[in-house]
Amino acid sequence: MSFLTAEPIDILELLGSATSPERGGVATFLGTVRNRHAGREVVRLEYSAYEEMAEAQCARLVTETEARWPVSVRMKHRLGRLELGEVAVAIVVAGGHREEAFSGCRHMIEEIKRRVPIWKREYYADGSVAWVDPTGSAPAPSFDHA
Amino acid sequence: MSTAAPPSVTVRVLLFASYAEHLGSDALGLTVAAPATVASVLEAVRKMPGGDRVPPRPLLARNLAHIGLDGTVESGDEIAILPPLAGG
Repeated sequence: MSFLTAEPIDILELLGSATSPERGGVATFLGTVRNRHAGREVVRLEYSAYEEMAEAQCARLVTETEARWPVSVRMKHRLGRLELGEVAVAIVVAGGHREEAFSGCRHMIEEIKRRVPIWKREYYADGSVAWVDPTGSAPAPSFDHA
Repeated sequence: MSTAAPPSVTVRVLLFASYAEHLGSDALGLTVAAPATVASVLEAVRKMPGGDRVPPRPLLARNLAHIGLDGTVESGDEIAILPPLAGG
């Protein structure tokens, strides 16, 4: 299975492939492109990845989550150019009940952020561009992309 | 007197996002003295032009798995230097 995609994520397809009659609790997380970051107006963004490693890390994370809770997990992460409001990441965790579904879903998104080698370049309304560094220090914006 | 070359390790180094911009390249071959660790590879990269903008303790990977600075390195390994992750 491929976890990265350059195409818009089909959430219903993802949901359909995870759910089944015995899995009565389904948690879904969608991360979408926000219009502001650190007080600046974002107009679009671009995701890139160390694709081979990102696929391997996603596969490991899904296996690990399905081993820790009795759930079935599906996920997709977008790469390339995204517009405001588009779904950047979609996670579906289906289990017998809500508790394992919510726990597994929370684990998935937190660990994706921590482990999967994906980078985000934000394009701002003032014409500047910056690589996003969630660890703190805001990068100096470069103005070479109008 | 020995004519053998000192033992060395040749790896492929991958750079991404801001680090690829700093170094002006996204992949390079690098030879360091054996026995080598990820720290030896990182040190060599940080001495290259633009390498001073790579922090001393970045996220690192060896052959698609996260690894620390003290991880050992063998010839043929692929070492990736990863800027702060921003997926999700």
